[in-house]
Amino acid sequence: MVNTKVNLLGIEIDNPIIPASGTYGFGYEFADLYDINILGTFSFKGTTKEPRFGNPTPRIAECNAGMINSVGLQNPGVDKVISEELPKLSKVFNKPVMANVSGFSVEEYAYTCEKINACEQVGWIEVNVSCPNVHNGGMSFGTEPAAVEKVVKAVKAVTTKPIIIKLSPNVTDIVSIAKAAESAGADGISLINTLLGMRIDIKRRQPVIANKVGGFSGSAIFPVAVRMVYQVYDAVKIPIIGMGGVSTAKDVIELMMAGATAVQVGAANLVDPYACKTIIEDLPNELAKLNVKDINEIIGGAH
Amino acid sequence: MKQSIFEIRSNEALTDSIYKMILNGDTSSITASGQFINIKLDGFYLRRPISICDYDNETITIIYKVVGEGTEVMSKMNTGDKLDVLCGLGNGFDTTKSLDKPVLIGGGVGVPPMYNLCKKLITEGKSVTVILGFNKKDEIFYENEFKQLGADVKVTTVDGSYGIKGFVTDALKDTDYSYFYTCGPMPMFKAIESVATTSGQYSFEERMGCGFGACMGCSCKTKYGNKRICKDGPVLVREEIIW
Repeated sequence: MVNTKVNLLGIEIDNPIIPASGTYGFGYEFADLYDINILGTFSFKGTTKEPRFGNPTPRIAECNAGMINSVGLQNPGVDKVISEELPKLSKVFNKPVMANVSGFSVEEYAYTCEKINACEQVGWIEVNVSCPNVHNGGMSFGTEPAAVEKVVKAVKAVTTKPIIIKLSPNVTDIVSIAKAAESAGADGISLINTLLGMRIDIKRRQPVIANKVGGFSGSAIFPVAVRMVYQVYDAVKIPIIGMGGVSTAKDVIELMMAGATAVQVGAANLVDPYACKTIIEDLPNELAKLNVKDINEIIGGAH
Repeated sequence: MKQSIFEIRSNEALTDSIYKMILNGDTSSITASGQFINIKLDGFYLRRPISICDYDNETITIIYKVVGEGTEVMSKMNTGDKLDVLCGLGNGFDTTKSLDKPVLIGGGVGVPPMYNLCKKLITEGKSVTVILGFNKKDEIFYENEFKQLGADVKVTTVDGSYGIKGFVTDALKDTDYSYFYTCGPMPMFKAIESVATTSGQYSFEERMGCGFGACMGCSCKTKYGNKRICKDGPVLVREEIIW
């Protein structure tokens, strides 16, 4: 038997596989297909203070080995997430879930995280700092160490659960952002969010996506994820959740060797709704092939 | 929804750009006319959502238009080739609302989902009129197939090269109907919306990520709240649509 249990910020999870926020909704669509309790946990749909419809359609563009999305954080708002989605989720998922929170000001992040922190079902709060800061000309929080620090401090001040900061890869120096999150008190870091991308319909001479640009994800971005996880692992002491283009158990192993304690699976869920189930089933076999008896021994193993 | 492997039984051109493919496999997840399947193709990241034209216990018929590289690849596939298919997606049409004289209006590649719906409504003993709109004569398909089901079929062509000259609404104004069902391009929908005298159901199209409600890529606003075209649609009732 190969051990796949890992300890993620004080909570032991059966395996390190976590569907990424925005690709798994609140779990129900997948619970119709398989028992989602096989997951380590999952990160639910990005939640904001107010309900959001998100961006106009088309929101999706296909790419070679990937896709671009510009959904724009559509969600019912934190109050409905707590009053409707989480009770519904409790019927199909009995493990601690990872909340994913977004905001457009420091106050909004704190407000939403404080409310979510009170939910028993929530094990961790993942804070997405890739959103534009309305008080700073719309520049993404995640591109400035000082802005990341402000968000982390504000959120930590009103929460007790582990806070994981989800970093944007659209920065010059990912290490400085990760260090800022750590020094401000973040308990963990997750990376990478999507890469900013764009497609143009050459027949219409127009961008494919209504919002023109969006987040590029899928297997094409995997090497970028490996590189950034590897660099951040060298620079911080807090645990890392790796993600970006993961679609196989081998990808999971590779990202863990780069330094990830757990791994999120995103776009792959949309193409193959059984992607996480397959990865979870394959993982012990792939580890055994490498003579690994305990998955914990590979974390950061490439350093 | 069910994911399984289907085998191509036939794949033939109906017109220059329209193809008909019959697939063999597990169709048990289909619950209504107007649902769709989402097909994985080698070399393409996202699946291709295609409406179900007809189905029985072991086959699905799809009719698709070659509009890009994915459908181009599909058009070259052969009998015996295997496809990874997510089946039974979307809500489909509700036939209980039709009353006794429904009209089905299909525009171009919006025609196919009308076929199984027509079959069901006729089986339910309803008197069905079908209006098929095309640009010109050589784009027409499935006129006889609808006639064989026992529907009163009216064909319109924009250039007048066959049937009634003009748009589907030119045929609709001379039709006595109790309810309508439609699938086709947005300009056709808007024209129908401006002249229709009864309630009805519209089947929408949108660029999709997953096709099963997870990614929120195909959301729209309705009077009944936000809906996902892939999961809560593709069929919306007239009363809820915000134009």
